[in-house]
Amino acid sequence: MLDLIEVSKTFEPGTVNEKKALDRLSLHVDKGDFITIVGSNGAGKTTLFNAIAGNFLADRGRIVLNGQDITFLPVHQRSRQIGRLFQDPLKGTAPHMTIEENLALAYRRAGGKTSLFSRISSQDRRQFREALKELDMGLENRLTTPVGTLSGGQRQALTLLMATIVPPALLLLDEHTAALDPGAAEKIMALTEQIVSRDKVTCLMITHNLQQAVSIGNRTLMMENGRIILDISGEEHSRLTAEDLIRRFRETAGRSFDNDRILLSD
Amino acid sequence: MLYVTQTALLLGCIYAIVSLALFISFRILNIADLTTDGCFVLGMAVSVSASVHGHPVLGLFLAMLAGCAAGAVTALLQTRCGVPAILAGIVTNTGLYTMNLMAMGWSSNINILKQETVYTLFRSTGIGGSWYNILLSFVIMALFMVIIRLFLATRLGLSVRATGDNPDMVAASSIDPRKTILIGLVIANSLTALAGALIGQMQKTADINGGTGIVVIGLACLIIGETVIGRGSLTRNIIACFIGNFVYRMIYAVILQTRIIPVDCLKLMTALIVALAIALPTIRENAALYRRIREEGHRNA
Repeated sequence: MLDLIEVSKTFEPGTVNEKKALDRLSLHVDKGDFITIVGSNGAGKTTLFNAIAGNFLADRGRIVLNGQDITFLPVHQRSRQIGRLFQDPLKGTAPHMTIEENLALAYRRAGGKTSLFSRISSQDRRQFREALKELDMGLENRLTTPVGTLSGGQRQALTLLMATIVPPALLLLDEHTAALDPGAAEKIMALTEQIVSRDKVTCLMITHNLQQAVSIGNRTLMMENGRIILDISGEEHSRLTAEDLIRRFRETAGRSFDNDRILLSD
Repeated sequence: MLYVTQTALLLGCIYAIVSLALFISFRILNIADLTTDGCFVLGMAVSVSASVHGHPVLGLFLAMLAGCAAGAVTALLQTRCGVPAILAGIVTNTGLYTMNLMAMGWSSNINILKQETVYTLFRSTGIGGSWYNILLSFVIMALFMVIIRLFLATRLGLSVRATGDNPDMVAASSIDPRKTILIGLVIANSLTALAGALIGQMQKTADINGGTGIVVIGLACLIIGETVIGRGSLTRNIIACFIGNFVYRMIYAVILQTRIIPVDCLKLMTALIVALAIALPTIRENAALYRRIREEGHRNA
């Protein structure tokens, strides 16, 4: 489904600030995988996502998605197949545009079907309302509300909907609940699991919540210094606990886990 | 007074098209497009040249086409060559000076003597009586305002709006921001050129320096309009372009008639209005901060 082959990325090469963010990293993801990714600060988790999504080109290596080599494709072309959510709930929506206008833009990912000069039709609105109803936040009655007036949780829910309204081949979640209050975070996480399992979306999720990392999904990766140092899946994953993760990290990396925002449990 | 109002209405309608262009580049795309001054003269030069050769109506279309080209150059400079947005506009603007001279047959001004203009053609139909030039300008302005309002609600229009509102999200929605910036600037500059084209034919002359300060005046009028009727919906913002220009031209005309302020000082006044209006939120914020420091610092001491 997704293959990264020996991908490397170095920031500011040749300077004192040189930083090897990805170091000959290889990864194979199967269709339908829900993979959680943990790692200490600066381990290269977000860099990995940036490389997959196309925010920068890898210095070396290849990235193949669904049989297509996407190594040199720009962001907007990859986003046809890749949906992404950031930690910052403000990043995924246009604040001065209404809910329906944002959703209409998300539909553009579907490509061909909609004409460039078409306007939002009443059929579109019906579809939007139905999709919004599933968020259970009352947004279905506020189609013409500017998105800037919504709460962080509501905006992240809307972003999640926009990223999945046309089911993507791959969904990247970069600590997408970390900036929300606990109630909203729980709600967004539940929605994420619901949508991912319904549409069978292949999903990579960065989290700093170790409990979440072991309880959600079918595979957990641990990153350190731009490499994957632990890869646990299958039977072993279902028995994994947060404490196991910390112990295994100490054994492999030779030092203790130092993510300053790490959470052992909910 | 009637004469003053008529002049203000006429110029207000035409220059509102410049403000509409700036609304697209400055407010929607969030780009200060300094191509505007040169582009205005470009429209003027092309349309007056065409009129001199007997094609006033065609002249308007050619002017818009020339404006599209100017906008495309600015857009490509910033999206494909990495030139910062403001510099891209200045570079195009400088190059346009030569292009404008060329469009006027290498002369710094040309005049329409006996040839027809769209205004003389429209007058001969007898519609509108002595208000013919206002009526024609108003119809053209309104037409483009409606077209732009409709366009901004289409899928493509939404993409252009999102580009200025949240660039991160645009790429993630599989829209190429380089294309939407190109489309926005092309539309904006074709409108600016249209305004120049109308002014040229109305005044029956094109001058190489006829566009100096247009961008600032256009912005000032946009801001005046927004202050008068408020920034709410898109429709309201677009109407504000006309209101702002009408108010500005009324003030201008009154000053010309009464000479309260020397006419030579008007550009300075305009610059002050723009600077103040854009700076106001920051000034207000700073003032509030200093007030707090003064009060709370006092209490802590």
